[in-house]
Amino acid sequence: MKIVVCVKHVPDATAERGFEPDGTTDRESVDSLLSELDEYAIEQALRIVESGVDAEITYLTVGPDEAKSALRKALAMGGDRAVHVSDEGIAGTDALGTSLILARAVERLGFDLVLTGMAATDSTMGVVPAMLAERLDVPGVTYLDEVEVEAATGVLTGRREAESATELISAAIPAVVSVTDRTGEARYPSFKGIMSAKKKPLDTLGLADLGIDPAQVGLAAARSAVDSAARRPPRVKGEVVPDEGDGGVVLAAFLASRKFI
Amino acid sequence: MAEVLVLVDHIDGAVRKPTLELLTLARRLGEPSAVFLGRGADTATAILGEFGARKVYVVDAPEIDAYLVVPAVDAMTRIARAVEPAAILVPSSRDGKEIAARLAVRLDSGLITDAVDVHQGESGPVTEQSAFAATYLVNAHVTEGAAIITVKPNATTPEPAPAAPEVEHVTVEFSAAATGVTVLSRTPREKSDRPGLTEADIVVSGGRGVNGAENFALIERVADALGAAVGASRAAVDSGWYPHSHQVGQTGTQVSPQLYLAAGISGAIQHRAGMQTSRTIVAVNKDEDAPIFDLVDHGVVGDLFKVLPQLADEIARRKG
Repeated sequence: MKIVVCVKHVPDATAERGFEPDGTTDRESVDSLLSELDEYAIEQALRIVESGVDAEITYLTVGPDEAKSALRKALAMGGDRAVHVSDEGIAGTDALGTSLILARAVERLGFDLVLTGMAATDSTMGVVPAMLAERLDVPGVTYLDEVEVEAATGVLTGRREAESATELISAAIPAVVSVTDRTGEARYPSFKGIMSAKKKPLDTLGLADLGIDPAQVGLAAARSAVDSAARRPPRVKGEVVPDEGDGGVVLAAFLASRKFI
Repeated sequence: MAEVLVLVDHIDGAVRKPTLELLTLARRLGEPSAVFLGRGADTATAILGEFGARKVYVVDAPEIDAYLVVPAVDAMTRIARAVEPAAILVPSSRDGKEIAARLAVRLDSGLITDAVDVHQGESGPVTEQSAFAATYLVNAHVTEGAAIITVKPNATTPEPAPAAPEVEHVTVEFSAAATGVTVLSRTPREKSDRPGLTEADIVVSGGRGVNGAENFALIERVADALGAAVGASRAAVDSGWYPHSHQVGQTGTQVSPQLYLAAGISGAIQHRAGMQTSRTIVAVNKDEDAPIFDLVDHGVVGDLFKVLPQLADEIARRKG
């Protein structure tokens, strides 16, 4: 079985992030790393293999040269090989373009299961997994809190929290699955893992390798445009008072002054 | 005026408040047409009309409930191709975003997610979104095709604009992909009398400092005194003190109520990402250095087990 895990190299979510003048994410002034939410997808891929399913795990990312470090981190956690789609024409690509690149790459690699995180921690859109399933024309299941794959039957089952109900679902592989941060704590790479990651194959592909016309991707082909991106004025910090035995009464008075009581 | 499609979020015909907000926003962009998928259109039509729907497209097919997402995408695609709307507004729920994502691929249209406001610009809808844990405010527009926009709850106040909608039943030929994911079971979450987290005007949340599932009764008591929804931080949810469906934060529900009360929550970046667009923020925390205090309009440094009961009593006294 072939498992492809899509990962993203993103600006550190705990740092002060910002935008470039053209509305794209500023990647220069903040350190970037493997999107935390993708670690859960990697973990699930590794657990599927550990459960006895004979599978090869390939990590796939689209991004600038530095994105290789996200692949190295993934390989250090486990898995077999990585593919980096890198091309000058990719900068500024929107979610639609990204899903096109990922779909072409996944088709080229061959797959039974594509695993992703629930969203990237930079854009937080969470739409690429669904777009990918749509483009690959295979079942797509998003936001799984639990996922299991039965290798013998090729049946995938899972549990997800929908808007007002808990759903148990079933689908046949090949399929695209996104998992949440509730699927289980992701492992830390071991020293041995970090060392062996350096020897695992990491291939680079360009748009031409994937048969994608550069006009289909990049900032110019994006189907939405940012008109302005402004830092929100910081909240004006209000009064913070120690409780001197009447903290609840004081708080109630504040809430009443704002007409909440 | 061009039609603006609004995907109706409902449970067996009971229309949820975010849909009324979408109809209100849709009127800024064109003529609102509601798209009702599943059972219960007869119940829903009156309220959809009350909030301005001129048309209600109805697709009542068993596939809608039996399978995940794709049947809804098939229906939306069919209607969008026939109508050629100026915009398509979808609630920013998990399913809503997924429907919008697939629709964008099929129609080759631009997609904007999680808008907190929508206006008519010179050449179409202009959206407002929060980015990077709500530290940025972004304006954007769609450059290709019908603008597909998912809108977060509380983006606007629903305003009635009574219309007598024309109801059009639409037959959809579902794609092969529509039956790809089977829903084996669907267990509705326990209904409570409290408002839903995303729709509530006031949210009272508890975190690590609540220190135990049984102590969430105190959070609930304050919530009920204020007519509020109950939220919880990831730490509280991971500890099993409160259900995951109440988690506020980056990977839980992102809320934007009029008032957010954080009790025993330190305010890690992931939590702030889910609540810092709340209009008024108050917090109770023992640690005066807790980052949550940087956001508050009013903060109390103190023991929540002393402050909250007193607060609940004082609210009751003031309400007489």
